[in-house]
Amino acid sequence: MIIEKAILAVITLNESKISGGAPIFICETKKELEQVAANIEAITDGIVHALSDELYIVVKH
Amino acid sequence: MNEYTYPILFGIITGTVLRMLMLRTDYRQYPTYLHGKIIHVSLGFIAASLGALIIPAIMEKDYTAVTILTVAATQFREVRNMERNTLSEVDDFELVSRGKTYIEGIAISFESRNYLVIITAFVGTLVYILTNPIFAVIAAVICYFISKILMSGSTLKDIVDIEYKELHFEGAGLYVDNIYIMNIGLPERHKEIQKYGMGFIIKPKDINTINTIANLGQRQAILHDISVALGVFRDSGTPALTPLIKRDLDDGRLGVFVLPQIRDIEKAKEVIGAVPVLESAIRMPSQSKSHNKEVHGK
Repeated sequence: MIIEKAILAVITLNESKISGGAPIFICETKKELEQVAANIEAITDGIVHALSDELYIVVKH
Repeated sequence: MNEYTYPILFGIITGTVLRMLMLRTDYRQYPTYLHGKIIHVSLGFIAASLGALIIPAIMEKDYTAVTILTVAATQFREVRNMERNTLSEVDDFELVSRGKTYIEGIAISFESRNYLVIITAFVGTLVYILTNPIFAVIAAVICYFISKILMSGSTLKDIVDIEYKELHFEGAGLYVDNIYIMNIGLPERHKEIQKYGMGFIIKPKDINTINTIANLGQRQAILHDISVALGVFRDSGTPALTPLIKRDLDDGRLGVFVLPQIRDIEKAKEVIGAVPVLESAIRMPSQSKSHNKEVHGK
């Protein structure tokens, strides 16, 4: 089976809500969250999706 | 020189000229200049020669010579393969790819054009031998117009209505009208998309077109044509800026999200309207017997 989509990273402000396999980046402020997300998006050629205000994921499509 | 020289020459010339007339280079820029054209004109010349030789062969009672047509068929199927391979190879490096259905459509038309050339050369030679050159010219012109009718498929504006709609975000979700396109996380991207993006709604006119435009290949063809004609605001490594078309499951309307460099609503509508309806995407549910029973209550 070929996996077409994968979560490359999880970026969050709320540590308590996540755990698991993907690399997790915990940020202090919303601004930092957006910066980290933008950087990871650029580096991995993925897309940043917002699941909620404090939880972003980077997905490779 | 014998009695068949002029008819054969006539057939070959009309056939080749027809192939040249059908070889238009338009905004799709395919085939590209010179080299691509030389290939197709040469193949057209071969096709015309084959078509022109049939009648003299029959006249000379050389019936087996007609079997060479089978070689022709193989030869031109090869043309289709060649086109398909070339375009598929190049497709990976397009910013917005053509898609397999579009490529297949182009390949099919290249093959069929050669058959039209064979028929034209055949008819031209036949009329020349049976009557005189003047009638042969008339026959060739008629063939040209018939070929033109046969080669012109319909375009999207015949089967759909196109409407401009402003893009908007609901939270992270990008919408065209009420059709959800995708989730965009970064506010920075939101700004870019609102600045450069455009949204269109494609409304099908009847049940047949709902299925036709739902075809993924047909949708990709729309995106490709817009990106070629109006430019595209994206680069490799920016998957968030990918033009997309999503479907409203309720009524089969399409929401088109594009990022053109030339942001002109009227031009964009025109370009969408001029996208060819791909042969392999056409569906005709209204021709289905069970469906008609339902509709007409029979």
